[in-house]
Order: sequence, then structure tokens, then C-alpha cells
Amino acid sequence: MLYREAGDFSTTYREDNQTFPIRFDRYRYYAVMLIAFLVIPFFVNDYWVNAIFLPFLIYSIAALGLNILTGYCGQVSLGTGGFMAVGAYAVYKLMTAFPDISVLIHIVLAGGVTALVGILFGLPSLRIKGFYLAVATLAAQFFLVWVFNRIPWFYNYSASGQINAPERTFLGFTVTGAETKAWVAYLVCLVFVTISAIVARNMTRGALGRSWMAIRDMDIAAEIIGVNPLKAKLSAFAISSFFVGISGALYFSVYLGAVEVGEVFGINKSFLVLFMIIIGGLGSVFGSFIGAAFLVLLPVLLKNVLVGYFGWQTDVAAHLEFMIIGGLIVWFLIVEPHGLAQLWRLGKEKLRTWPFPY
Amino acid sequence: MPEQLFFTIEVILNGLMAGVLYSLVALGFVLIYKASGIFNYAQGVMALFAAMTLVGIMEGRIPFAHLINAILGTKIHHFGWHVNAVLALILTMGVMLLLAWLVQKVIFKHLVNQEGIILFMATIGLAYFLEGVGDLMWGGDIKMLDVGIPQGLNLWIDETTYNMFDYGFFIDNLDIYATVIAAILVFVLVGFSQYTKQGRAMRAVADDHQAALSVGVSLNFIWIMVWTLAGFVALVAGIVWGTKSGVQFSLSLIALKALPVLMLGGFTSIPGAIVGGLIIGVGEKLFEFAVGPLIGGATENWFAYVLALLFLVFRPQGLFGEKIIERV
Repeated sequence: MLYREAGDFSTTYREDNQTFPIRFDRYRYYAVMLIAFLVIPFFVNDYWVNAIFLPFLIYSIAALGLNILTGYCGQVSLGTGGFMAVGAYAVYKLMTAFPDISVLIHIVLAGGVTALVGILFGLPSLRIKGFYLAVATLAAQFFLVWVFNRIPWFYNYSASGQINAPERTFLGFTVTGAETKAWVAYLVCLVFVTISAIVARNMTRGALGRSWMAIRDMDIAAEIIGVNPLKAKLSAFAISSFFVGISGALYFSVYLGAVEVGEVFGINKSFLVLFMIIIGGLGSVFGSFIGAAFLVLLPVLLKNVLVGYFGWQTDVAAHLEFMIIGGLIVWFLIVEPHGLAQLWRLGKEKLRTWPFPY
Repeated sequence: MPEQLFFTIEVILNGLMAGVLYSLVALGFVLIYKASGIFNYAQGVMALFAAMTLVGIMEGRIPFAHLINAILGTKIHHFGWHVNAVLALILTMGVMLLLAWLVQKVIFKHLVNQEGIILFMATIGLAYFLEGVGDLMWGGDIKMLDVGIPQGLNLWIDETTYNMFDYGFFIDNLDIYATVIAAILVFVLVGFSQYTKQGRAMRAVADDHQAALSVGVSLNFIWIMVWTLAGFVALVAGIVWGTKSGVQFSLSLIALKALPVLMLGGFTSIPGAIVGGLIIGVGEKLFEFAVGPLIGGATENWFAYVLALLFLVFRPQGLFGEKIIERV
């Protein structure tokens, strides 16, 4: 009887337009926020933060970004890894060039830099479509990784070709570098994730999001009814790259601390994020989160069960992981093309009419 | 100066031969795309899988040995026999046929009429799955593949050209063989699609699914056949590339090399795949040779993509692709 809109009257337009129109949903959302901000930071240790929470939060931002481009605007991109690398190197250059400015501002600026690069590589999307475009975004992936590998200016001429995050503080707490406390890193990422999710959610249900979805559903028809494809496609590329850039910046500065671009931001990263949004749900903010959670937890779980419990060799477990992920992708595309988010939506719909579904 | 000139010619020749290898992979893509509209990202992994299976059968390895050992705690690895290359080849072709049948039955039967991009993502999933299966089945180590194709500098060309121009051309035997094999393969494929009943049916399906269906062509059969053909092409590509650099994970990345070839040549055209391959092969070798040293080298990773991208902006359907007509 909890999950009802009955008796919940909206008296203003504001209330009518809120993200969670059902009261129970709203309270659940507040409860999740409260636990995430006020409970988890006190109970986490290094292992949990480094193995689960940080990758989950950071990939969620990347998945959100890609979901805007692929799920909402329908432009498949295989260049996510490259754009994450742009974010990472931008924040590195900014951190070393302007050490006095807060690192959090640098992270946002890195997102801005990535957005510009995203617009540049989004330009061909006005001419080419479908998998021609998907393949074209691979050009971004390979070219960007090569640039960061080969041009010494980007890694400040360091001998190893790696970039290392210098130590930076915010309000007296160390945010980047080896001394970072687990809960500080967690909170920084959580703040970015929360803001990104709210921004993404409100963007996708506004005029901009509607123009993206019109382009996705049928671009010529959208053009005829007055959606400007140039504006819609390039804004999708820009905003998507902005989020992906922020996630790349966090991945480098807060999570890893040291990055070798070919290994960390290779083509596999692009596929991983793409898989997240397929499994989670194309065109859904919640789907980005659940997809990221799924693909972060699955390897950890498999490793713990197969290697830790059964005592198998790590390579056998790794190969099995490949099989399972590949199989799941195909299975989801066949059975539930809208991903886990759709299952969640169906479950909520069932719950709303329970116990009298007719 | 002639020294420079000859060297450039040598680079171009080597580029042409590398291009032939790219075309070999691209051919498999074109076959499947024409007949079923599926853009098969898994083609590279299929080549890897085929080469792994061939090596595994030749060396008499036990399939899934690692998995069996892990579950049962045994220590089995080999049957202890060696299989003749020709017999192993036939067995591998059988495995590729089985794979084609499974792919059609389990995956794409259920995805008929879906959008192209969904099918594309399904093949990415298939690629991951196959990669896992291949490694699990035959082990993830680097294997040497030797089916009797000679390798190394071709002495005859080297000596002849040295006597003629005072400059010995360095051309690998393997590349020459690969070129010959690719040429034969193209002729066989063209012959098959032009002069046999099944080939005609394949072209009919490529032209119009529904019309083909209405005159009694079995779509299911054609699709299995096309996947099998693509599997054979993958096997050939796997043998050539595997002989060149060992059978290992990086073999599956040749698919990534073939994608720009396809974009350049057009997804629907067999001549396009060949010409595209040659252009990319020569282009990237020349670029690496002429510009590479100035900007840090290793340009081969992205040059093909950027070339194809620039090209597409001016001609969105590729060189030989069918004109894209859009209707609402």
C-alpha cells in the first residue's frame, strides 16, 4: 500500500514536474542520498572504496555521458576511452600548470576541454551515420591515445611517459595523491556523481533532451519538424564528452593516481562503458548507474568466488569473465533491449498496481 | 637519389602486400554485411578462434583442458598425437561450420528485423564471448602456427633486383604467398557467387530479403552459409596472420585494421574491400615512412582511421558503396 500516487495531489506545476512523482519513490531517493553521504563514508575501508565504490561512481559518470550520446541521441560512440584520456591529461596539465587553483575546479575545466574535443570529433556525425559513425569514433580513440603517448608536452616530458597526480588538498583534506583517505576520495566522487546525475536527468527531460530523442528516433523526420540536427548532435557530443571527461579526470586524479594511457584508456575501456549502458539500459539515467554497478561488481564477484573460493587459476577466471560478459550482452540485446532499467521500471509498474493489477 | 626512389618503391610494394592482408579480413565483413545487413565486429576474433582451433587440433591439445583441470583437479593437456595439417584444416572448417550454425540459431535468428546498430553491438558481445571461449578451450598462451608456408626474405627477388638496379628489394616470402592466396580466394568467391545456385541465392538475398523469400530462397540456409563462408575467410586470414606473428590475442585486433578499409571501400562491395585495403596499406606505410619520423612514429595505429574519416566526409558511402538514399 506504500507505493501509490493516490492521495498525493500536486498543487503547483513545480510539484507536477518533479523527478519522482510518487511519494515513496521520493523518500527512497532521499534515503539513498542520506546513506550514501552520511553513513557509508564512516564505514568504508580502503578495499571497499578502491575495489567497488570508486570504480562504480566514476564509471557511472562515464556511462551517463555515453548514455546521453548513444541512448538519448542515438549516435554510437566507440571513443569513450579516448575522451576519458582527454579528461585525464587535461586535469594533469591544469594541476601542474596552476597548482594554486583548487583541483575540483580543474576537474570541471577538464570536462570543458573534453567537451571541445568532443565537438571536434562529433563534426563528422553531421555527414555520416550509423556504424560508419561508430567506426569513425574509433578514429578518435586511436588518434587521441597516440597523441598522449607520443607528444611529450602532454606528460610534461617525464621519462616513463606516465602521468602522476601531484598531491592536492581541498578544505584541508588531501584529495589526490597517495595520502588520500578512502572516505575523502569516495565523497569527492560522490559529489560529482550526484551533480552529474541531476544535471543529466533535467537536461534529458527538457527541450534539449527531447530534440536529442527526436534525432535518435528518426533524424530526417526530426529535421523536418524543426529540430536543428547541427545543434542537437553537437550539443549531445559536447555534453556527453563533458561527463566522460570528468570521469576520466576523476579516474586519473582521485582513483588511480598514475596512468599509462595505452593500458588504461584503450579500446577496451570504450567497450566496457558501452556494455554498461547496454546492460543497464539505453536512454535511462538510472540504467547508467545499474549498468556500471553490474559490470564493476561482476569481475569482483567472479574473482572472489572462482579464485578465492574454488581456487581456480586467475587466467581461467578471466577467460570465463569474457565469456559471461559477451554472453550477457547478446542475451540482453535479444531478451531485454532496454536493459536492467526496464526490468526495474516494469517491477515498479507492477508494484504500483499490486495487488489488483486490472 | 635512385637509392631513395628504390626505397620508396619497396615501401609501396610492402604496403600493397600488407593491404592484401587487410583486404583478406575485410572480405569476410563484406560477405556477411551484404547478405544479412549485419556488420560483424567479431570477424577478427573469428580469425583468432579459427587459427587457435587449427593449432589446437594440430598439436593434439585437449579442448577446455584448463577448465577441466580446474574443476576436476586433473592435469591433462595433450592427447599425445599430432594431426596432419590438411586433416586439421578440414576439421577446423567443420568447427567453423558448427560455429556459423550456432551463431545463426542462437543469436541472429532472434534479432531479425532489428536495427543495424543493435546487430552491431550483438556482434561485439559475440566477439567477447568467442574470445573467452577460444582462450578457455585452447589456453591463452602464444602459439606458433606452421602449416608449411615459407617465411623470410625472398632471395630470388633480392638477387635479381640487385643485379638489375644495384638495389636488392626486401620482400617477404609470406607476403607473396598471402597475395597469391588472397587472389585465389577472391576468384573462388566471385566464381561461387556468380556461377553456382547457392551463390545466386546469396546475391538474391543481398538484393532484397523479402523478394528472395517469396521465390523460395531459404533465408536461414543462406545466412548460415554466409557465416560459414566468412568463417572460412577468417580461417585463411588467421592462418596467414598467425604464421606471420604467432597465434595470440593481438590477432583479433586485425578486425580493427579492417574497419577503415571497409569505410573507405564501402561496406557492400568486394572490389571495394580490395581496393580499400591496398589504399590503406600503401597509405599507412608511406605516411609512416615519410611523415612518421617527424611526429614520433607508430602512426600506423590511427592513420588508416583518420584517412577513412576524412574520406567519408566527402563521400559518405565509401568508394564503391551503394548510394545512400534516405526516405522518411
